[in-house]
Amino acid sequence: MARTRSERHWSASVGLHLALVLASVVAVFPPLWLLVTSFKPKNDAFTTSLVTHFTLDNYTHVLTGTSFLTWFGNSVVVVALTTVIGVFTAATTGYAVSRFRFPGMRPLLWLLLITQMFPVAVLIVPLYNLLASLGLLNQPLGLVLTYLTIAVPFCAWMMKGFFDTIPVEIDEAGRVDGLTPFGTFWRLVLPLARPGLAVTGFYTFVTAWAEVAYASAFMTGEENLTLAGGLQTFVNQYSNDWGSMTAAAVIIAVPAALVFAFAQRHLVAGLTAGTTKG
Amino acid sequence: MTLTARIRRAFGTHWYAWTMVAPVVLVIGVIIGIPLVRGVYLSLTDANEANVERSIGMNHIPATYHFTGLDNYRAVLTDGVFWDRLGWTVVWTVGCVSLTFLTALALANLLNRRMRGRTFYRLALILPWAIPAFVSVFTWRMLYNEKNGILNKLLAGGGLDAVPWLNDPTWAKLSVIAVNVWLGVPFMLVALLGGLQSIPGELYEAAEMDGAGAWQRFRHITVPGLRAVSGTVILLSTIWTFNMFPVIFLLTRGGPGDATEILVTYAYRLSFVDSPRNFSASATWGMVILAVLALVAVGYRRALRKQGEVW
Repeated sequence: MARTRSERHWSASVGLHLALVLASVVAVFPPLWLLVTSFKPKNDAFTTSLVTHFTLDNYTHVLTGTSFLTWFGNSVVVVALTTVIGVFTAATTGYAVSRFRFPGMRPLLWLLLITQMFPVAVLIVPLYNLLASLGLLNQPLGLVLTYLTIAVPFCAWMMKGFFDTIPVEIDEAGRVDGLTPFGTFWRLVLPLARPGLAVTGFYTFVTAWAEVAYASAFMTGEENLTLAGGLQTFVNQYSNDWGSMTAAAVIIAVPAALVFAFAQRHLVAGLTAGTTKG
Repeated sequence: MTLTARIRRAFGTHWYAWTMVAPVVLVIGVIIGIPLVRGVYLSLTDANEANVERSIGMNHIPATYHFTGLDNYRAVLTDGVFWDRLGWTVVWTVGCVSLTFLTALALANLLNRRMRGRTFYRLALILPWAIPAFVSVFTWRMLYNEKNGILNKLLAGGGLDAVPWLNDPTWAKLSVIAVNVWLGVPFMLVALLGGLQSIPGELYEAAEMDGAGAWQRFRHITVPGLRAVSGTVILLSTIWTFNMFPVIFLLTRGGPGDATEILVTYAYRLSFVDSPRNFSASATWGMVILAVLALVAVGYRRALRKQGEVW
């Protein structure tokens, strides 16, 4: 009789767990080491031991002795605006391409896909000039607009996948009850697509929180930097302040990890909806 | 029916849909469309920091650059630097994507079964995704530090010589690929895991009844079942890796020398790092990169079609 899959031979079991433990260690070690290092005194940054003299000096220094809080504030403004506007526009776009057949739909779908391909290098110089002429350099709004073009096309594709899984009968019922198309979308369909909103929100947040190229080019001057630019000032050709770098990096990683923890339950569903049915 | 009447009628039926997509079209049009057109124009000129329009204090200096036709393109394509960078960019992209995909595929298959600690493994393996990429890249820079980094300290503990992770051209290439794979696996893993879970379990049971071995089940059920998901994630990951700016910019700045410089970081360097800033050359590189990517996407789509994919 064939063995059922739950009865694995013990050697296979050991191999399985060994492989997964090894992979997990590789995945977890760098962030863990970052955390450990951030609690060491500045001069011990490169010791191999775990924390021998636990200290919060790095954190105190970063928070009170540098412009870190300003950068953090700049990033929060940019990211919050990008996420709110991005999720909303991705949802309306995704809904429109999922439910309506309208002239211009195919070109739009193609446009959304093609913008994924645009390398930073193609747009960055002309975009720099454009933002300069609009007076948006060193302005959060300039970065928000830029990030929307990165996040929204992909998110709109994912949202389309989500809306496709919601039965059209729900829309029809709403219409029968006298709701406008926008009313149907807003009051009936959007609440059902909450996991999709979580995933697109997460993706937009991460994109904006972690973007480097545009942020480094468009934001200059210590008080205008976002976190990506600010972190570079700790470790560059002139200074090697690994203590501050690690503490700042940990503070930057925490909000991202929290948002991730919140969204991760929906990630599998979201990505497969977006990638297989796109 | 006259044209205006036809437009009015189309507007009457479709205005909801058009209003809903309008913000996206507008933003893409302004922030991508205008710069793109301007980028094409710049690539046909000799614009650089010294001759573009600018203001110094109260003085406004008008632009003095000229239209030069295809000179920039000729210069790029006949320059060995371009072909060197293209070669390494291809190695980088293919290396990263294939290693990421194979690792993620193996891990997804290991994770997709009932066992103790499954949730723990899953969380641990997607952790790199939860941390902003530039934070991870800085962390890796610390681990890779030649004199003091933990990797070399561990090697020393095992009696091995220090490895010049980021200071030797070959090691630097391997190091940046390793970091990018580390960053990319979680996304692939989650996507493939989703794909695996959408394959009906009965297929495996039936195959097992018929006496199919593990490899045969993988080959004839898992691989075809994952084709749609893998097609999309491989294309996305190819495009993302080809344009992956932060890993290389923050880890090595393209160095040592220009050993790890990919096309995108090189184009960025031309207009934002080097002095004087060479806007026209940078725009030209950008256009060439776009052309290369378009070729990749078209070729890839054709290959998928041949296999009967609907995408």
